[in-house]
Amino acid sequence: MNHLGFELTRVLIGSFDFTCCEGCQLQLANKEATLPEFLALVDIRNFREISSERLDDYDIALVEGSITRSDEIERLKAIRARAKVLVAFGTCACFGGVNSLKNRIPQEELVREVYDGKVIETMPSMRIGDIVQVDLSIPGCPVSKDEVERIMVGLVTRSAATLPKYPVCVECKQQLNTCLFDLGEICLGPITRAGCDAVCPTGKTACLGCRGPAEDINYPSFVQLVKDKELSAADMREKLSLYNGFGGYLDQEN
Amino acid sequence: MTRKIDFDIDLHHLARVEGHGNIHISVRDGRLAEATWAVVETPRFFEAIVKGMSAERVPFLTSRICGICSISHFLTSIRALERAMEIEPPEDARLIRLLAMHGETLQSHALHLFFLAAPDFLDAPSVLPIMQSHPDIVRAGLLLKELGNEISITTTGRATHPVSLVLGGISKAPSKEQLLRLQSMIAERLPALEEASEFFGTLSMPDFVRETEFISLRNGSTYPSIGGQLVSTDGVVREEDEYLQMTNEYLVEFSTSKFTKLSRQSSAAGALARFNNNFDLLHPRAKAAAAAFGLEPACHNPFMNNIAQLVECHHIMEDAAMLVDRLLDADLRDIRTPYKPKAGKATGAVEAPRGILYHHLETDEAGKVVKADCIIPTTQNNANIHHDLHALVEQALQEGRTEQEAEKLCVMLVRSYDPCISCSVH
Ligand code: SF4
Ligand code: SF4
Ligand code: SF4
Repeated sequence: MNHLGFELTRVLIGSFDFTCCEGCQLQLANKEATLPEFLALVDIRNFREISSERLDDYDIALVEGSITRSDEIERLKAIRARAKVLVAFGTCACFGGVNSLKNRIPQEELVREVYDGKVIETMPSMRIGDIVQVDLSIPGCPVSKDEVERIMVGLVTRSAATLPKYPVCVECKQQLNTCLFDLGEICLGPITRAGCDAVCPTGKTACLGCRGPAEDINYPSFVQLVKDKELSAADMREKLSLYNGFGGYLDQEN
Repeated sequence: MTRKIDFDIDLHHLARVEGHGNIHISVRDGRLAEATWAVVETPRFFEAIVKGMSAERVPFLTSRICGICSISHFLTSIRALERAMEIEPPEDARLIRLLAMHGETLQSHALHLFFLAAPDFLDAPSVLPIMQSHPDIVRAGLLLKELGNEISITTTGRATHPVSLVLGGISKAPSKEQLLRLQSMIAERLPALEEASEFFGTLSMPDFVRETEFISLRNGSTYPSIGGQLVSTDGVVREEDEYLQMTNEYLVEFSTSKFTKLSRQSSAAGALARFNNNFDLLHPRAKAAAAAFGLEPACHNPFMNNIAQLVECHHIMEDAAMLVDRLLDADLRDIRTPYKPKAGKATGAVEAPRGILYHHLETDEAGKVVKADCIIPTTQNNANIHHDLHALVEQALQEGRTEQEAEKLCVMLVRSYDPCISCSVH
């Protein structure tokens, strides 16, 4: 492989899943038209979901899911010890994701409700960064393959791979969408990090903040906007809590 | 001939399946001592965390039960909630949802057939070496998978975790241009499906039969997708809201995923179950494809689930083309019925790619969910996989097969069910 006349080597990657839906890993096999080019960048050493070959000599570990059981902590630490770069891959890994909704409920109660008192080990959902050092975060529920491709190219060419700092509204306006606030709906676009091409508002559905906060957001003015438009504070909180990306902001309020 | 051999097969976190499952086989003195299918996935407690959430938001949460069949989960919650709150979505929205289901199933079947199942038949660890050894076959698989995703993107805004499906209908209709593009993509990709079928025709499915009960939806007029009666090959017929009598979930010590049963010790759901119960409703081209594989209802060889998936791909291509034509004739203006939240309870049943999926949801007057129950296709296959493993290893021993051969058959068996394990634990 050649880039601007320099010989490049493929990056050795491993892809690992913890508590989650595995939808982020699945994106690696999507965008079929550019899949051969994508696979030319990476050498897949360990990816249980698609290969029975499991090698431990990966440089980059993509880690999907959140942590909800003690055996997962050990498995994650072993991956961290082997990987040069550990990527929190997707919203569950970056923020805890939808799994964090269980943290509001006593864990014994959950087990009683779903397993009729059978002994099942579980603990409050933790982010990957709560357990090990994370070198790079790629948020999204699921991650956007375009962004993953861009970041992989960055890793292969040893150039900076960064996320957009601005909010979803910027991308939404580029698509010339009617703002959902004008249609009477709360949208988290003004405070959420862009990079998804504003896929939800473009589909006429509110942004639910899966990519977490954009940089330097003005949270109080967002809350004021919801108030000024006489929209429901409960609806706003439900949206903000879905992916756990705004935990800190929600706590401030209470 | 039975040889006096001892061996243990312990497969931890089986590869090329979604989620975490283990196979344990123990043979003593040439006889099967133990065979277990154990799901060790971490539970996420969706039924508990969905409580208190507004109906409108619920499908966005339940869709996260599964990354492969998120559209099915989304639409199953929508069906349960629309039935509970008596919301009638407009006809055009119904058509778009049916098309979305086709997109997801095509994507899921192509992923399973080419990425997960095919490597076993070619003695490869994954699809990656097959890209070199059989580039045309993988290309055909990718063309089908991409078409499936394109249908999902056109109908729901995204390939995984839909954005434009909503209670009461859909939030945004596809444009004429998008539909025309799909129309030509489907036509252009029929040869890829022919190529795929020819390739699978050259593979031989292991010869193994264990009689079981196949459960699927049936509506009597179209091949099943969203809603209908619950039927079994043993003659059971029930209504959607009677799902509990169809599933009879129970806990087993060695698994975090529950087991189910109906008239026998186990039952099966999925492509083969749909095929066995609804063969008469398949498109003629899909019937012809089945005939070419010698697949007839009721087939009790679980390995033929692979072929049933391929047969369904033929049906999907034809039916999707028909739906796209109908949508091109529609004006797609009336796509969303407004509703007022209310108290109610109902079950939604949908044929997800891996089989019948149930969500039972109860709402209060404000439209908040107060009770939830989800029963996943793979959960309904756990007991069948478990008992199949027994019978399969016994047959392998009878045939004098080696430990390695027995192990390979076991993993191929589990993969034939295309289990979605994290989904089954949820
Ligand atoms: S971030 Fe979303 S898509 Fe990714 S694994 Fe978690 S729930 Fe699934
Ligand atoms: S719809 Fe949402 S993302 Fe788009 S401009 Fe309005 S607030 Fe921003
Ligand atoms: S629009 Fe919002 S919720 Fe949708 S993908 Fe982007 S960040 Fe996530």
